[in-house]
Amino acid sequence: MSPSLTFRTGVRDVLPTVFGYIGVGLAFGIVAHTSHLSLLVVAGLSFVVYAGSAQFIITSMLLLHDPLSAIFISTFLVNSRMILMSTSLAQYFKHESLTRNLLIGTLVTDETFALAMNKQNKTNGKLSFAWQSAANVVAYLVWGISTVVGAILGGLIADPTRFGFDFALTAMFIGLVYLQLISDKHLGMTLQLSVMAFVALAYYFLIGVMSQNFALLVATVAGCLFGMELKKCR
Amino acid sequence: MSISLTELWVILGCGAITVLSRVLPFAFVKSLNMPAWLISFLSFVPITIMTALCCESLFVAHAGHLATLNVANCLAAIPATLAGVLTKSLLMVVVVGIMAMAVLRYFSIG
Repeated sequence: MSPSLTFRTGVRDVLPTVFGYIGVGLAFGIVAHTSHLSLLVVAGLSFVVYAGSAQFIITSMLLLHDPLSAIFISTFLVNSRMILMSTSLAQYFKHESLTRNLLIGTLVTDETFALAMNKQNKTNGKLSFAWQSAANVVAYLVWGISTVVGAILGGLIADPTRFGFDFALTAMFIGLVYLQLISDKHLGMTLQLSVMAFVALAYYFLIGVMSQNFALLVATVAGCLFGMELKKCR
Repeated sequence: MSISLTELWVILGCGAITVLSRVLPFAFVKSLNMPAWLISFLSFVPITIMTALCCESLFVAHAGHLATLNVANCLAAIPATLAGVLTKSLLMVVVVGIMAMAVLRYFSIG
């Protein structure tokens, strides 16, 4: 990743993450197809809701005829981590206009957030509207198109996981977390490794007693508090 | 190509919920000065959230019991991580990870 922050660099930087979107997007399309959602609904979910894990949950809840209120609450809970990510990311765009801030915010995802955090390690803590928009828009289009293609292919492919594409997303997060670990000079390696171990342990114990999405959120917040205390002690 | 009224409401409602979760923080951060403790807290968000997202696919939850490992994902994670250490390239991590998983599936491991 180069320190350049142009639109073109944004497109280039987001390309490795595209595999994750295609793999999971196809999978979502296929799941939605087998759950009897029409192409229009798949496209609606991907282009209007645009929230990977929430879309899977919405699909299964639609299939079970759950009430609207339950679907809304689940969506909010699954996406509440977006509040943390957006608050974090927004600090880099305070100098930009409100309109530009809102435009960036509209398309933030786990992946583009993680990518941006990696990027700012290379640029002395700077990000640009052009770079972030490129990453956001490419991710948005690839996701939407992959899910629709998945829904069309739904009946044709017997088992898409056979080729390992479902692992793309996990691999991508492993790559992003590793790059974050070695390049975040502010926090340093030891502090980050301690925080990572804490989060992994917390998550491991929490998923026994609460839903995975809630555990993710609690482990994240607890990890941040743990990191703050640890930093103070040094 | 059809869409029911319920589906339409789900798309519009969930769309609004998601976009507000994403956009409101940008509006707040833009207009407020954040206290030092909040900035310190947020500096840990990237590493914690990415770790938690990795854990989500490495552990399998069992309500009321301790979690177990997702063996296939954990095994494929090893070459993927090595690829990261050796190349420092996100693309290589993803490509090696997918190939490792395809090999595991071929031999029905995990």
